[in-house]
Amino acid sequence: MKQLLWFFGIATTVKLLLIPSYHSTDLEVHRHWLAITHSLPLSQWYYDETSEWTLDYPPFFAYFERFLSVFANLIDPRIVHLHHGLNYKANSAIYFQRISVIVSDLFLLYGVYISTRNLPSLKRNLVWVLLIWSPGLLIVDHLHFQYNGFLFGWLLLSISFLAQGKDLMGGFIFAVLLCFKHLFAVAAPVYFVYLLRHYCRGGLVRGFARLSAIGAVVVAVFAAAYGPFVYHGQIQQVIRHMFPFGRGLCHAYWAPNFWVFYIMLDKGIAFLLRKVGFNIPTPVASFTGGLVGDASPFAVLPRITPMTTFIMVLLALSPCLFKTWRDPRPRLIARSVAYAYTCGFLFGWHVHEKASLHISIPLALVAVESLEDAKHYFLLSIVSCYSLFPLLYEAQEYPIKVLLLLLHTILMWFCFSALFPKNIAAKGSLQDDKKSTQYESKGSSRTAAEKQRFELGWVAKSYLLGVVVVEIWGQFLHPYLLGDKLPFLPLMLISMYCAIGIVYSWIWQLKWIIIFS
Amino acid sequence: MKKVVKDKLNDGEHDDPWWWLVQKGIKSSFLCVSVFALFVRVAVGLHPYSGANTPPKFGDYEAQRHWMEITLNLPAKDWYRNSSVNNLSYWGLDYPPLTAYQSYIHGVFLKTFDPDSVALFSSRGYESYLGKLLMRWTVLSSDVLIFFPAVLYFVLVYRSMRLGMGQNSDVAWHIAMILLNPCLILIDHGHFQYNCISLGLTLAAIAAALSQKDLVASVLYCLALNHKQMSAYFAPAFFSYLLGKCLKNKNPVLEVAKLGLIVVGTFAVVWWPYLHSKEAALAVLSRLAPFERGIYEDYVANFWCTSSVLVKWKKLYTTQSLRTLSLAATLLTCLPSMVQQVLAPSSKGFLYALLNSSFSFYLFSFQVHEKSVLLPLLPLTLLALEERQSLLWLTHFAMFSMFPLLHRDKLVLAYIALYALFILVYFAPGGPCGRCNSSKTRDHSQTTKRGMEFISSIAFHPLVMGFLGLCSLILHVIYLTMRPPNKYPFLFEAVIMLICFSQFVLFTLYFNSKQWMLSKHLTSKDKQKKII
Repeated sequence: MKQLLWFFGIATTVKLLLIPSYHSTDLEVHRHWLAITHSLPLSQWYYDETSEWTLDYPPFFAYFERFLSVFANLIDPRIVHLHHGLNYKANSAIYFQRISVIVSDLFLLYGVYISTRNLPSLKRNLVWVLLIWSPGLLIVDHLHFQYNGFLFGWLLLSISFLAQGKDLMGGFIFAVLLCFKHLFAVAAPVYFVYLLRHYCRGGLVRGFARLSAIGAVVVAVFAAAYGPFVYHGQIQQVIRHMFPFGRGLCHAYWAPNFWVFYIMLDKGIAFLLRKVGFNIPTPVASFTGGLVGDASPFAVLPRITPMTTFIMVLLALSPCLFKTWRDPRPRLIARSVAYAYTCGFLFGWHVHEKASLHISIPLALVAVESLEDAKHYFLLSIVSCYSLFPLLYEAQEYPIKVLLLLLHTILMWFCFSALFPKNIAAKGSLQDDKKSTQYESKGSSRTAAEKQRFELGWVAKSYLLGVVVVEIWGQFLHPYLLGDKLPFLPLMLISMYCAIGIVYSWIWQLKWIIIFS
Repeated sequence: MKKVVKDKLNDGEHDDPWWWLVQKGIKSSFLCVSVFALFVRVAVGLHPYSGANTPPKFGDYEAQRHWMEITLNLPAKDWYRNSSVNNLSYWGLDYPPLTAYQSYIHGVFLKTFDPDSVALFSSRGYESYLGKLLMRWTVLSSDVLIFFPAVLYFVLVYRSMRLGMGQNSDVAWHIAMILLNPCLILIDHGHFQYNCISLGLTLAAIAAALSQKDLVASVLYCLALNHKQMSAYFAPAFFSYLLGKCLKNKNPVLEVAKLGLIVVGTFAVVWWPYLHSKEAALAVLSRLAPFERGIYEDYVANFWCTSSVLVKWKKLYTTQSLRTLSLAATLLTCLPSMVQQVLAPSSKGFLYALLNSSFSFYLFSFQVHEKSVLLPLLPLTLLALEERQSLLWLTHFAMFSMFPLLHRDKLVLAYIALYALFILVYFAPGGPCGRCNSSKTRDHSQTTKRGMEFISSIAFHPLVMGFLGLCSLILHVIYLTMRPPNKYPFLFEAVIMLICFSQFVLFTLYFNSKQWMLSKHLTSKDKQKKII
């Protein structure tokens, strides 16, 4: 515990140092929400249109902002002023909001503590390194500005409760989490099936009793969150704000998912057909914009609607749901949840690149379980962090993000090499250590002595080298060789390249779920 | 490794939590720590620099930028000369030629990406987003190219000499202590200076001297001296250590002559553009010694400034006599440590001598700045494994003594964060100071001998430490929140100075006596070490 606090302390000092760095408009968004929740009665929260940044998170998050706004008001009343506070950029506002994120990370600390309590000491250390010093969380929360660390604390807590067999508690926390940020709902089918099969079993009567128990808990949580708005008859308005389907298939910067390939395929076919002589009109609508009338952003391929993406996600998720249905095991819940988020990330509608954290954070819990996991996580974590690079596009933060990723890679490399030492037979000492720190059976590690070493195959190595090439191209060669031409190319390359990694991770996870579980 | 693991098995709970990080050896732990240290430096670089948005004179940042402007646009012979294009009263170049060359190189770098920032005349007070970044990156690159390799070199030498005992994780801790020294990071990457270059060269010289490469050491030290004249703080130690070693040689005159030749040669190369006439060389020299600025500036925790509360030195004596007085005082105070090294040069003694001579200079020499406390801190961090408590305590007071300066630079947030980071790393669980206390006290009692017992019992007494720690915490808060009475606008600075000065003096005495104890107990200690 002392050590965990130490890790967290180091992270906190780094976060403090990063306070003056670049922040996205999300800082203003959250500041405005502080103002909305502080200055207006609850009945107007979801109606306010003073700024374009309307409240579009579920009610618990709004309550959380209301709670924070009490302190903000004490520090500088202008932060929470609905009109004077607009685009308020004083140090008091920035410091207050940054520090509120840093403090709210205590939830992450608690979540990590609970979920790693029962691990052997070495593995625990490694998971702490992966979670507490996660470069992705640092980039998104403490540079870009959001409250993800706080939310992931809840997610980890929920997963670890499920893994410990405390199903009701896990379900309760997940319901709370959903009322903080609905993006987490992608894993809801997994939770539903798991709880139904694992918690509500043991005969008809007992199963039904438990089903009603968990149902009551979930309904209670949702009632606490949405009740006041139902009372005011605003539930439709709340839902409309929370799910802005008017937005496009992709975010302004394309998240590295399946649709990147789809779009590229469309462009490629259109280009070829035009070469051959067909008259293909250039589409008017853009992928990132909303649905403009009947115009399709695609030239050749059928257009994608939110419904299509929804069905695709469910389809991709179905093997995992099926497995969970047949054999709901607490040990596998972290993997299933991560897999659900992977599906949501790959096939979802208007996916944001930040959502790749949903994959890498829960998977960190199982990354230390086996060599295969470690190898997969090594790759996934680098890709997911690298895909966040375009968030910080200013020169000042460039060395920061590169060094963060580099440090993370080095630490992971050391972690995993220590966990899966080079040649076990030759180094008796490390074998001893393995015995003392790992629960794995001695026999299997003996026989698999040669296979147990952590190293990457040539495919993985060249893929990671490709990341460096893509980065050098986008940062240096592209501006130098092409100047201002094709300005979207570097970003597109990053999306495409990371998408390959994420698709690999998806297939790997799918394979794991089908074969190993 | 095997031993560590054995310990681990016996200990059960209290094992080395860092072995996964350090198991690959010194170089890879150095890689890890240095990437983190670099990251911290970049992050500190986000904060303001000295004199940001404060015309007309701005601060050190503008001085460095101005030097780049001058060296880039004027021929070398005009760099130190007052002329129509080089107004020396506006941040005239007053560092030795190596700084000028470094400014030239960095000027070329700036010109490539942002020509406006180094244009002659028009760039005065130039401040921009890109300009700040480029300037920050020049410091970062100097740090990475000079200070970091020097640290690696030193640690490898130090380790190979088995001066520091202990496990791999202790080495990693030692590296972190040198690289994450908060004062150095704040001054170089926050306030804006290039101390990393001169300190890095000095550090490399120390490592070379420890590994018996005396000629290399002299060249490196001369380069450090030619980058920043402040490096002269270490001169007595280098001089006496190298002299002592020469005297032990069969042919002392030849050895001394070789060193002398090397030193003169290095100086000649660096000063080449100014050696064509006596006037040119003297003109540069006079720029390097700004005696007109008075014996002290601001509120620095040294003897002259502190005692000026009682004795108005500036009024009583002329600058000329003060100059002699301060020189005499400085030399007198570093004499004991010099004599010790001439008589019995030893590696550990050398490190203590560096500490002692730099402290003497800090306390007694002419025109000392708050920032000069970085110089004694360097050898102290090198001795981190031996002087654990002193390291913590002195870093605290060094930081404290620079607090008013950093507060003026709006670096309070970085100050707090780096201070916390230092404390955390210092007490890293499983590190030398984070382990159970039994080993620490045993270690301490072994080295503490007779005469020092008195000093160390005062300095390290828990009550004294607690009291002073509390005082400084309260003073920090007072400084940040309260305004001093109108009659004494610098009251808080003076109090901070008094506290820091008292500690610095105490530690100078302590380190001097410790250095002398070393030679007396050298043989017995060697035996003890072997047993361990």
